[in-house]
Amino acid sequence: MITAAVQEREHYLNASYGIKSWLLTKDHKRIGLLYLATITLFFFLGGAFATLIRIELLTPQGGLVSSETYNKLFTMHGVAMVFFFLIPSIPASLGNFFLPMMIGARDLAFPRINLLSWYLLVIGGLFSLFAMLAGGVDTGWTFYTPYSTTYSNTWVIATALGIFVAGFSSILTGLNFIVTVHTMRAPGMTWFRLPLFVWANYATALIQVLGTPVLAVTIVLLFCERVFHIGIFDPVLGGDPVLFQHLFWFYSHPAVYIMVLPAMGVVSELISTFSRKPIFGYRIVACSSLAIAVLGFLVWGHHLFVSTQSVYAGMVFSFLSYFVAIPSAIKVFNWTATLYKGSISYATPMLYAFGFIGLFTIGGLTGLFVACLGIDVHVTDTYFVVAHFHYIMVGGTIMAYMGGLHYWWPKMTGRMYPEAWAKLSALVIFLGFNLTFFPQFILGYLGMPRRYHVYPEEFQILHVLSTAGASVLAVGYAIPMMYFIWSLRYGKLAPANPWGATGLEWQTASPPPAHNFEETPVVTHEAYDYSTVIGEVIEVG
Amino acid sequence: MGTLRLFPEQASTFAPEVDHLLYFLLTVAVFFTLVIFGAIFYFAVRYRRRSDQELPHVVHGGMALEIVWSVIPFGLTMVMFTWGASIFFRESRPPDDALNIYVVGKQWMWKIQHMEGQREINELHIPLGRAIKLTLTSEDVIHSFFVPAFRTKQDAVPGRYSTSWFQPTKAGKYHLFCAEYCGNRHSGMIGWIYVMEPQDYQAWLTGESPTGSLADNGAKLFQDLACVNCHKADGTGRCPSLVGLFGKTVQLSGGGSVKADEAYIRESILQPAAKVVAGYQPIMPTFQGLVTEEGVLQLVEYVKSLGPKPAAETSPAEGITGSTPGKR
Ligand code: HEM
Ligand SMILES: [Cu+2]
Repeated sequence: MITAAVQEREHYLNASYGIKSWLLTKDHKRIGLLYLATITLFFFLGGAFATLIRIELLTPQGGLVSSETYNKLFTMHGVAMVFFFLIPSIPASLGNFFLPMMIGARDLAFPRINLLSWYLLVIGGLFSLFAMLAGGVDTGWTFYTPYSTTYSNTWVIATALGIFVAGFSSILTGLNFIVTVHTMRAPGMTWFRLPLFVWANYATALIQVLGTPVLAVTIVLLFCERVFHIGIFDPVLGGDPVLFQHLFWFYSHPAVYIMVLPAMGVVSELISTFSRKPIFGYRIVACSSLAIAVLGFLVWGHHLFVSTQSVYAGMVFSFLSYFVAIPSAIKVFNWTATLYKGSISYATPMLYAFGFIGLFTIGGLTGLFVACLGIDVHVTDTYFVVAHFHYIMVGGTIMAYMGGLHYWWPKMTGRMYPEAWAKLSALVIFLGFNLTFFPQFILGYLGMPRRYHVYPEEFQILHVLSTAGASVLAVGYAIPMMYFIWSLRYGKLAPANPWGATGLEWQTASPPPAHNFEETPVVTHEAYDYSTVIGEVIEVG
Repeated sequence: MGTLRLFPEQASTFAPEVDHLLYFLLTVAVFFTLVIFGAIFYFAVRYRRRSDQELPHVVHGGMALEIVWSVIPFGLTMVMFTWGASIFFRESRPPDDALNIYVVGKQWMWKIQHMEGQREINELHIPLGRAIKLTLTSEDVIHSFFVPAFRTKQDAVPGRYSTSWFQPTKAGKYHLFCAEYCGNRHSGMIGWIYVMEPQDYQAWLTGESPTGSLADNGAKLFQDLACVNCHKADGTGRCPSLVGLFGKTVQLSGGGSVKADEAYIRESILQPAAKVVAGYQPIMPTFQGLVTEEGVLQLVEYVKSLGPKPAAETSPAEGITGSTPGKR
């Protein structure tokens, strides 16, 4: 266990012992670690499904598994990854751990609710896991009606209930973050001194609180139709199937920003720390998070361009989608400009930050393609869309998450990870990712539909490339898993502030004491003022 | 494995248009990717940390820069929006002289009916150079009619009619895919579009020995289902006459009116009580379950044949939109 780490000093890991001290903890740091363990499990579960999908797609005839199984695999891959990994990922693990510390607070505003939200995620996860083990579900993570309500004879309800319960976990975390940021900032920590990671999680929390209830309602309606045959979505019962898509995407488009905004927050921290400069246009970057959170609610119809939605609605949604692209572009430009005349370190977290910017740029730019009506009619529901959102969610969110994990690992565990292995795996992940997903853009434009078990032979070369990339990617993710565990015992002891970073979380010991700070910090500077942390200074730039 | 190609074949009037738009977006995307990657790479090398004691000067954000890099991308996206929307708008407006073809999706096949009564499954034969208008619906779940070589795609939604159109420009055989996940054999719900020289197409039509045109089959159903007993041509029954109905505006009991289009006729057959014509009682029984979606399409075509004007008369505003019974 981690507890063997640093024995001399008392800190949150050795303050108490035993399974109960973890399962009943109200310490946001321990809850953060509980989340970390939970989502890691789901990540590897989702990864196992993905591996099977990619092996299956090596050959066009689809010999490895039956089509029933294939459909369950991609559905369970999506459900595990989206609802049980990506949505909780950064906020619930890194956010839980560091958001209070970054504002100089001792904990979140509602520690018990924080523990409750972890239990909700676990209960929801168990529901969905049960569904997977009992026989699986085959509707796609999008649960489109009337397939999901009338035609599928798999474990739709158990899975959906799992997502329903996990949704409340997300709502409660959001609520906790909002109240914490409003009421628990340390003296001197004004809004515009908040680290950008806090801003990003705050914007995310707004979406979680405002959007997730709609998902809950949608699941309840799905339940009513599937179980009680109340006609809501199935036209045979007098319902409207496209209504489901509106409701689903009204949550799920904002949800893509639940997945990516915290990642943007992490990257802002990394870029600043490892170039030793405040983020260029700090206020604009902070406000663009809010802009994204708000505009994100106005574009759901861009998933329905060919669904029989009205032509004019399609145009409005296309138009608005371009609006939400602008704040994302602004962030990319500001991060890049931050590097100018910086003092740039190539530490592993920074490599991930570079990777994030590159891949998010490609994901965001291809968002312009799918938001473009004339093009989306052709590429919607093809591998082009699959590639687009993997560039954002894997290339973006997971790169940032990995960067954040490396960055804060010394603080969380008191141990350094092995730098050379870490750099190597960052490179392997970057290359493997591109080899996996870039061919899918070409596949999609060529017309390869998504969710196909069997496909025409002419697409095979590109699928083989993609599967090759996926194997590289799998190695890339396995290496950190191993050295992180290794480092818990054998890693070098971490100093309080190994990176020369400015956040308040670095002004306390690694690992932090149970109450975070020996005395409440008082903030006298803007965020990212490096003159306060560098000892003897050599001025550059 | 076949050879590796990067772009699909262009076989409709829309295909080169969509591809040109794609080239524009690709140019913009490649440009910005190079700028960002280039800048990161250059800065990372040029300003690499040489000593751990380095403290860079703070460069304050510049409003001018922020405006430049918001406004320029925004302008470019508006070009994308306008260009893409204009193609989309035209894709939703089938020309008046388009050849009508009816498509019913069902787990897991495409059932196609031609006006002259030819039927096909998972195959669609069409003449080169002629605009083709598809009217689509589904018997069960949502499907999507996708022809990559034409760059068109349209969902077939149960309970609704949607339309899609294209004009093939090259004879040949092209993939037809179902693009909306529809269950077990989703990836088997595929077929071929055969674009034929007009004379070959004529030969194909006559070779198919149809069982009567759609409207004729509809007339037969009209007899068999006993619609005719009530809906007398001279309007003397307890029900309105259907002669000259199609395309007219119908006054409804309880106020309001509706245009008699395909969706309205379909709804009147399956959910007669939803909209009752002014002056009549809601006595018509539902034919839900008694007639297939294809049968409904034949009935629709029969009603259309009773005048006053052919199909193309449907207001263009319906277009791709499709229309839900009762929702507009
Ligand atoms: C910034 C983070 C973004 C994330 C996390 C994200 C995520 C996603 C996801 C998950 C889908 C797939 C929906 C499906 O299951 O079919 C998707 C599709 C789409 N995205 Fe994004 N996206 C992002 C950025 C953008 C941007 C900036 C735009 C527009 C400018 C955009 C436009 C679209 C459109 C129009 C679709 C629908 C494509 C279709 O289904 O045909 N996305 N995106
Ligand atoms: Cu979206």
